[in-house]
Amino acid sequence: MTDEVIKLAGVGRVFPADPPVRALSDVRLTVRRGEYVSIVGASGSGKSTLLNTLGLLDRPTSGSYQLDGVETAGLRDRQRTSLRGSRIGFVFQSFHLLSYRSAVDNVAMAELYGKADRKHRSERAAQVLDQVGLAHRKGFRPDKLSGGERQRVAIARALLGRPALLLCDEPTGNLDRVNTSGVLDLFDQLAADGVTLIVITHDEQVSRRAQRRVRIEDGRLCD
Amino acid sequence: MRLIDLGDEALAGVASRPVRTALTMLGTFIGITTLVITLGVAATAGNQIAGRFDAVSATGITVTVPSAPNPAGPPLVSWAGLADLLRLNGVHAAASVSEMDSTGNPAVRANELHDPDVVSDRALPVVAATDGLPEVVNGSLAQGRFFDAGHVSRHDRVAVLGATAAKLLGITRVDDQPAVFVNGQAFTVIGILGSSGLDLDHALDAAVILPYTAAADRLKIGAPTKVLIRTDLGAAPLIARQAPVALSPNDHSQLQVLAPPDPATLRGGVEHDVNGLFVVLGLVSLVVGAIGIANVTLVTVMERIGEIGLRRALGARRRHIAAQFLVESGTVGLIGGVIGTSAGIVAVVVISALNGWTPVLDLSLAAGAPIAGAAVGLLAGLYPALRAARLEPVDALRSGT
Repeated sequence: MTDEVIKLAGVGRVFPADPPVRALSDVRLTVRRGEYVSIVGASGSGKSTLLNTLGLLDRPTSGSYQLDGVETAGLRDRQRTSLRGSRIGFVFQSFHLLSYRSAVDNVAMAELYGKADRKHRSERAAQVLDQVGLAHRKGFRPDKLSGGERQRVAIARALLGRPALLLCDEPTGNLDRVNTSGVLDLFDQLAADGVTLIVITHDEQVSRRAQRRVRIEDGRLCD
Repeated sequence: MRLIDLGDEALAGVASRPVRTALTMLGTFIGITTLVITLGVAATAGNQIAGRFDAVSATGITVTVPSAPNPAGPPLVSWAGLADLLRLNGVHAAASVSEMDSTGNPAVRANELHDPDVVSDRALPVVAATDGLPEVVNGSLAQGRFFDAGHVSRHDRVAVLGATAAKLLGITRVDDQPAVFVNGQAFTVIGILGSSGLDLDHALDAAVILPYTAAADRLKIGAPTKVLIRTDLGAAPLIARQAPVALSPNDHSQLQVLAPPDPATLRGGVEHDVNGLFVVLGLVSLVVGAIGIANVTLVTVMERIGEIGLRRALGARRRHIAAQFLVESGTVGLIGGVIGTSAGIVAVVVISALNGWTPVLDLSLAAGAPIAGAAVGLLAGLYPALRAARLEPVDALRSGT
């Protein structure tokens, strides 16, 4: 197992338009196992494109991206999907919880497309919910939870498969101060437990909680 | 992904929007209900019509007896041969007839008076018959009676006239014992047939019917040329096979049997005719239902783009997404089909009860209709499912919240 969870080398992403839009340029980034990294930048700086690239949701137009030692450039859609499902946990700004499923079912979804059976998934989901302090809410549907609780459910879902990387996109963007603080405390705790975390945010206060800060401006990274 | 999980996800998706699911289901429900009612009522009506046909016509058999190969030898069928036929189980009544050779132009007149101004001779068919003919041909007597076994055995010179024959001969009543003369031979008219019935031999309406014994004595009418048989319900096909052997054991292959069509074939024909139009209506309803499912599924896909993006982010392959939406639309179709089939069956039973019919429903229809509903749902969901599967996860996550 390599120590480098993420290794970007000369990654660029150009969107076809007239004129073409260069969203990422020569991005070089290495994230080691257990690191807590924040990527901060203004709106339009290329944060989302970088997140999509790191999350294997989008393909770079140039450069090399190794995820957990696997070169992703030549992978087919099916292989990228499999790698994404097994190595990356996502936390989104808008939670992306299914309104018609309970908290524990939403968490268990993370292993729906794997090999674990339903009973095992549900047991694990309940454990992870307990880990994020929501054991008492596991049967609740998202509309009965507060914003902070919803984000905790989303974090629990991201953690379920013990991913190599937790990728968080503006995780506190929809939360008030109290809930933001709670989520950031949870990130600190996860980092202390050895989880590799990348938090993408425009909020300097959030970014300061990370062990390492990386700034992105006009599609380029600057430490 | 396990199949049970796929089913669970699809059911949860369907159940998450109950009102929309119910409305989507409506199209399949109406289509399947229409189809089941159409096929059920057609089968019931076909059975009803065929049943009535059985009762009046599908029980009649005509055996035509050709001339014997050797005129000097015994006939293929004798008058006495009828007794063997009547012993067959399923034969309700039977009669042998022999028509007098028409090339001899038998002259029939009502009296022996010769009036130069009146054409009194009529060229009418003259038929020798055994007793019991009216029962076989579903005939009734308008006047008098038909000759019986006593008349036959005594060689009585009596005659029964068909309604048209009586009219042509000017005979309207029999209580004064009128006579008819066939080639100069007198016969007392003891009965006149009614004009209705005679479904097995309509020619009797214009005929002079004589006991075969007297006809042989006086007019040299020979062996039977035709045997008419009335069977019990449902026995016609069997009797049609057995009758020639009973009548002429040695030469049965020379007899020609005219049997009614198989009731099952007739029923099938009636069903086919009734089905023709209404099945088309049912199919049109199903197509409309399918379009409804396709539209709603497409809208659902658009509304659930965020969910699709999430599932893709969590490791769902394109085929997982396509399969989920297909199973959802198939489930909607299946539920619509099950409810539609149930409603259709109830409707067929109610319609039958109101008309006093026996409801007839093919079991395979009850089993097949829900499957047809599911197939309609699957077909309708194909395009939306493929569209959902083609969505790029990054686009789906960006579009959906």
